[in-house]
Amino acid sequence: MATAAFDTPKLKEYPVIPLIQVGATSHLKPFVASEAIQKNLGFPGELVEDWQAKAIAKMGDLLGKYRSLQVYMDACVHCGACADKCHYFLGTKDPKNMPVARQDLLRQVYRRYFTFAGKYFPWLVGAKDLTKEVLDDWYSYYYQCSECRRCSVFCPYGIDTAEVTMAAREIMDSIGMGQKYSNEIIGKVHRIGNNLGIPGPALQDTLEGLEEDTKDETGVDVRFPLDVKGAEVLLVTPSADFFSEPHVDSLIGYAKVFHAAGVSWTLSAKASEAGNFGMFIGNYEQLRKIALRIREAALELGVKRIVVGECGHAWRVAYSFWNTLVGIGAGGKDPFAIELQNQLDHRYKQPMHICEFTYDLIQRGALSFDKEKNDSRIITFHDSCNVARASRMGDFAGGQFVIPREIIKAVANNFHDMAPETIFESTFCCGGGGGLLTDDLLELRVKGALPRMEALKNVVDEHNVNFMATICAICKAQFTKVLPQYGFDMSMVGGVHQLVSKAIRLGDK
Amino acid sequence: MSALSLLYAVLFYFATAVLVLGLARKIRQYARTPAPLKIALTPAPVTPAGVPWRLAREVVFFESLFRSSKWTWLFGWLFHAALLLVILRHVRYFQEPVWLVITLIQPFGTYAGFAMVVGLAGLWARRFLVDRVRYISTPSDHLMLALLIAIGLTGLGMRFVRHTDIVAVKAYMLGLMRFDIQPLPTDPVLLLHLGLVALLMIVFPISKLLHAPGLFFSPTRNMADNPREARHVAAWASALDK
Repeated sequence: MATAAFDTPKLKEYPVIPLIQVGATSHLKPFVASEAIQKNLGFPGELVEDWQAKAIAKMGDLLGKYRSLQVYMDACVHCGACADKCHYFLGTKDPKNMPVARQDLLRQVYRRYFTFAGKYFPWLVGAKDLTKEVLDDWYSYYYQCSECRRCSVFCPYGIDTAEVTMAAREIMDSIGMGQKYSNEIIGKVHRIGNNLGIPGPALQDTLEGLEEDTKDETGVDVRFPLDVKGAEVLLVTPSADFFSEPHVDSLIGYAKVFHAAGVSWTLSAKASEAGNFGMFIGNYEQLRKIALRIREAALELGVKRIVVGECGHAWRVAYSFWNTLVGIGAGGKDPFAIELQNQLDHRYKQPMHICEFTYDLIQRGALSFDKEKNDSRIITFHDSCNVARASRMGDFAGGQFVIPREIIKAVANNFHDMAPETIFESTFCCGGGGGLLTDDLLELRVKGALPRMEALKNVVDEHNVNFMATICAICKAQFTKVLPQYGFDMSMVGGVHQLVSKAIRLGDK
Repeated sequence: MSALSLLYAVLFYFATAVLVLGLARKIRQYARTPAPLKIALTPAPVTPAGVPWRLAREVVFFESLFRSSKWTWLFGWLFHAALLLVILRHVRYFQEPVWLVITLIQPFGTYAGFAMVVGLAGLWARRFLVDRVRYISTPSDHLMLALLIAIGLTGLGMRFVRHTDIVAVKAYMLGLMRFDIQPLPTDPVLLLHLGLVALLMIVFPISKLLHAPGLFFSPTRNMADNPREARHVAAWASALDK
């Protein structure tokens, strides 16, 4: 579909906090989910008649279920520390993209219906009735948040806009105002098993094709197994890895690592997707239902370990939530969790990130590389938002920053980090995460990428960087689309295991 | 006992009740609301033992604010630190004999009054000068600053410009604590000062001042980063496993 024309922001040498432009992106709204898409997930098909009362009741329900939401509705002092931290605000100048103002869209209604001050002195505390206008603002601006949590790092109270965004989206879904992109994808996961809607036979076919390609390239029989019972490792990866460029190069990299290490592994047709869009819409039941496929596949195939591919929000769900949701992890004492925990091998982290897997092998000297094969590349690393701030790797704090960089340095000779205030937990989101990777939001995606593009330009100019490695399917898809808008080559972006794939030596194990 | 003494006694008993009961109610609400998912935020401690240390850094040094905005940190921290000293200094009105620590604090507490007003003025200036902060400010944000500045200025006025009878004030406060109402001086600056303090106590549990208890209950700040090691399930969520 054609999007309205817009100007790509100019890259500046130094980041500048823009003056606000009221309403700059109020026209941006993603397509609303159709009745069929909504009903599929058990949500009302269209905006229900008494949506106002229902939305307020749902807000009350969520306030009682989530301590985060209750505390975050009360605690904000409007200090403005977060105001200049959001990549969407920096790129669009719209003041409602300042995290505090985005939260206030929900907070104003919370105050009106749930607080003394808002009930009796609404004008004093900026409380507002829930009108259609407010609802439209919600739809617009809660779909201009990628749930990247950068603002939360800088908030004196740790107020997490992602939690507020998720609550708002859940309220909207509950009254029949869902987002087409996310909800359609969740439907596909339930029907077919993955976000792209690739059926089992097509997946099988693709994997066989990859085996042939890899054989042609390396002369070695690297396997890409599907549904193999009794394999040691179940690999769960974003389905973009099966079809998209440059994603598939990382999948080939994982396969080569497993091959070189001599570890038996398999993919599962039932759980052929790591991405969990249940998180994007803030719905616990969907989050759990989507995660349950992984649990079921692991039990059916009898695997000992579960490893997750390069995917940002998926790794957040896997690392932070899988144990809670479906008992993939350790320490569960309830029957539901014990069944799976007895099967898994707890000498290893459960679940494990593919970077942790590869890094462990490198540490033990189990892999060898021809680093010079990556010499044509001068590499930088983009910390994906939900890996950086919402999850971890390894045994130590900050492992999610160290481990991917150490892998890159082990397989390549040229590495330069971007500016310190734009990486690690201060990393800027790619601009496409959290359910926004859809063409109807292209303007937002391009503008939201501005801070990352400025940081990238600096290392391109200073160090001749020509490759930005990342470990998230959405980052890869977003950057291949957005880089050309800023005058970069789209092939500049790729996965960490794409670099591994290039340099790894395959023995005859 | 004058009507004025009685009126202020009732006001302070009411304000104290609202403050204590209101805060207790809110804290109970926060404590009882489940946190169904682990949402610890980097840089999070990897064990529960690290949590108090992280919270202490936030409470004492305003660590995250320091990273966010140096001006806000400077004025905000100055105001809060000064307020702490000022409050400690006021403890002398509520005890006899006065603790040694409180006596030692007196000179610092006196000048902290100025620092407090300077900090507040800086915070208020941002609400006018920075367009982003102007956009997010509500009338209550301005009024809260005005209230605190007025409390500071009336206090400084009594200390440096027009002294009030602090011996009588102390007798009145000690009397309040023993439910034995003593005469309150009729000095207008004092009455204004005390009235505003009572107002601050009353609005505390229904305003943004809830950021004080809120910080301790913020899951992004008080959770340990150990979701793979320990299953974390809230009651309403574990019901789904049945």
